[in-house]
Amino acid sequence: MVQSTSSADAAGHLGERAKSSGFNSRRIGRYALNGMAGLALAYILTPLFFVTWLAFFRQEIPSFPPEGYSLKWFAAIPGNDRFINGFLLSMQVAVTATLIGLAVGVPAALCLTRIRFKGREWLNSLLLLPLVVPGVVLGTALYVFHVETEIHTSIPILGSLGGLIAGHVLVVIPWCVRLITASLAGSDRTIEEAAQSLGADRWTTFRRVTLPSILPGIVAASLFGFVSSFGNLEMSLFLVGPGRTTLPIAILQYLEWKIDPTIAAVSVLQILLIAAAMLITDRFVKISRVV
Amino acid sequence: MARLQLQNVTKRYGDFHAVRDVTLDVPDGEFLVLLGPSGCGKTTTLRIIAGFVEATAGVVLLGGRDVTTLPPWKRNAGLVFQNYALFPHLSVAENVAFGLEMRKVPKPEIAPRVAEALRLVRLGHLGERLPRQLSGGQQQRVALARALVFKPDVLLLDEPLSNLDAKLRQEVRIEIRQLTRELGLTTIMVTHDQEEALTMADRLVVMSDGSVRQLGTQQDLYERPADRFVAGFVGRSTFLEGAVEASGKFRTDGGLDIKCPNGSVGPASLALRPERISLGTGPLQGFDNQLPGVVDFVSYLGANIDVHVRLPSKERVIVQIPNREGGPDLRTGDSVHVGWAASTGALFAGAERGAEALR
Repeated sequence: MVQSTSSADAAGHLGERAKSSGFNSRRIGRYALNGMAGLALAYILTPLFFVTWLAFFRQEIPSFPPEGYSLKWFAAIPGNDRFINGFLLSMQVAVTATLIGLAVGVPAALCLTRIRFKGREWLNSLLLLPLVVPGVVLGTALYVFHVETEIHTSIPILGSLGGLIAGHVLVVIPWCVRLITASLAGSDRTIEEAAQSLGADRWTTFRRVTLPSILPGIVAASLFGFVSSFGNLEMSLFLVGPGRTTLPIAILQYLEWKIDPTIAAVSVLQILLIAAAMLITDRFVKISRVV
Repeated sequence: MARLQLQNVTKRYGDFHAVRDVTLDVPDGEFLVLLGPSGCGKTTTLRIIAGFVEATAGVVLLGGRDVTTLPPWKRNAGLVFQNYALFPHLSVAENVAFGLEMRKVPKPEIAPRVAEALRLVRLGHLGERLPRQLSGGQQQRVALARALVFKPDVLLLDEPLSNLDAKLRQEVRIEIRQLTRELGLTTIMVTHDQEEALTMADRLVVMSDGSVRQLGTQQDLYERPADRFVAGFVGRSTFLEGAVEASGKFRTDGGLDIKCPNGSVGPASLALRPERISLGTGPLQGFDNQLPGVVDFVSYLGANIDVHVRLPSKERVIVQIPNREGGPDLRTGDSVHVGWAASTGALFAGAERGAEALR
């Protein structure tokens, strides 16, 4: 009698323990997942945090702890012609390259998604290729190409603004093609037929129906194309000419001589610019939906 | 609103005939339904009329005008898609206004016409909404208003009800039919749902393998099916295989002698409508054909009961009986008697035996 009760008790305890350990392991799993996510986020944000912090240090040689805080490094930027000119050139190049990239990317994406032809996969890969070729390789190749072209045709392409922009278009195109293709593949083709049945010819259909429906993709493509062009350093190193320096190159050149927080201040401004672009874009098109 | 004619229209993809020599003459104001199983060519036919598919051969006339090679935007056909295909970035009113804008209707005229079209489909109050804020049934009605507002020569409906739930579908059927009648619209609807087709059509076209099998009214198709396919597709039929031995005498492969309508001697199938066969627990009287049988299977359908009866020859017929109070409580293995008039059977010559036997 006594024995049977205790064994029943034991069974009950066992069951409870099994239940609670199952509950615990699920909770532990969730903590572990959140922990890893937090760690990854910290890994990404740490450099940004230190750069931003550093930009406000008072002393010229970055060292810890800071001797005090100051805004003088930010104040120094407008007086630095190299940064200002670099910024203006980078803007000019990135905007132009993005516009050209879109002009090439939208029709390319339309062909790739709408028309079946031989070599479509091949062409798709070709258009994405600049994304996987290292910037140094791309830069070297373009540099050699520019030199040879200039020798044979005596067109002054080496170190020209046109040559630089053409190179950046290469960097922008993969983003345009990739994002717009994705957006076209997800768009409903019957709405185009609906427009045509209502009396819209091909061009009107594209303008009034197709374009608005892929606008999120186009906005995302512009944003990513712009950012990748604006921040491009490796390829640009080969393509800039005398007196023509993009912002990333200006930063690199400055770093060769000085390591004061000016660089950090410039970086902070760059981060703010890109963050602002993202936030503004996100107001119109949810970036998380297209990437 | 206009007369629509298709003359010997054919569409080939390589060796495959999607549409084979289809000729239709749809008078002004008629509601014609293209009915058939998937892949029978009905949707391709509709797309040829709309202008999205160019016919390999043949002529399409709309209101007497040859539109065979015209692109869709020059045809003046209102099209309602299965998934409605509303423009997601435009409001309901802007969706409906689209066709008028394309026709360069002056701005001040557009708003009242849009309002009128939305009122017709009872959505007058929802003009400012975006399509995604509407229910499926409401979206369907917007699509209809959009296709009607510019007074098309012909209204084309591509399985317009298949995305609605069963209850709503029944209501919308009637609504669409009343609307097209009121407006006197020539309408072509494609569907694979025969109940829908029978409810809505003035005339129906049964298609299979790209060809027109039969064109006619509901009664034509049901009472006088042109061939075995139509007999199996429109309504249900049980097919008995065998041969006509003499005019009015049919002998099944299993050896039963059955009285049937007159037909030429030779191999044939006899199609029987399940609801035209009588069933009793005792011997029947007054029928041309009276046979004993055994219940093989009973399926209870609510309003009706399907009884599968095995005849002495092992051949089976399906009998549909109304589910009346006090009716027989049949179970598998029960002995029953079935009977039907000679005129009930429809004869189809030739040993054309296919998978479409029972539907």
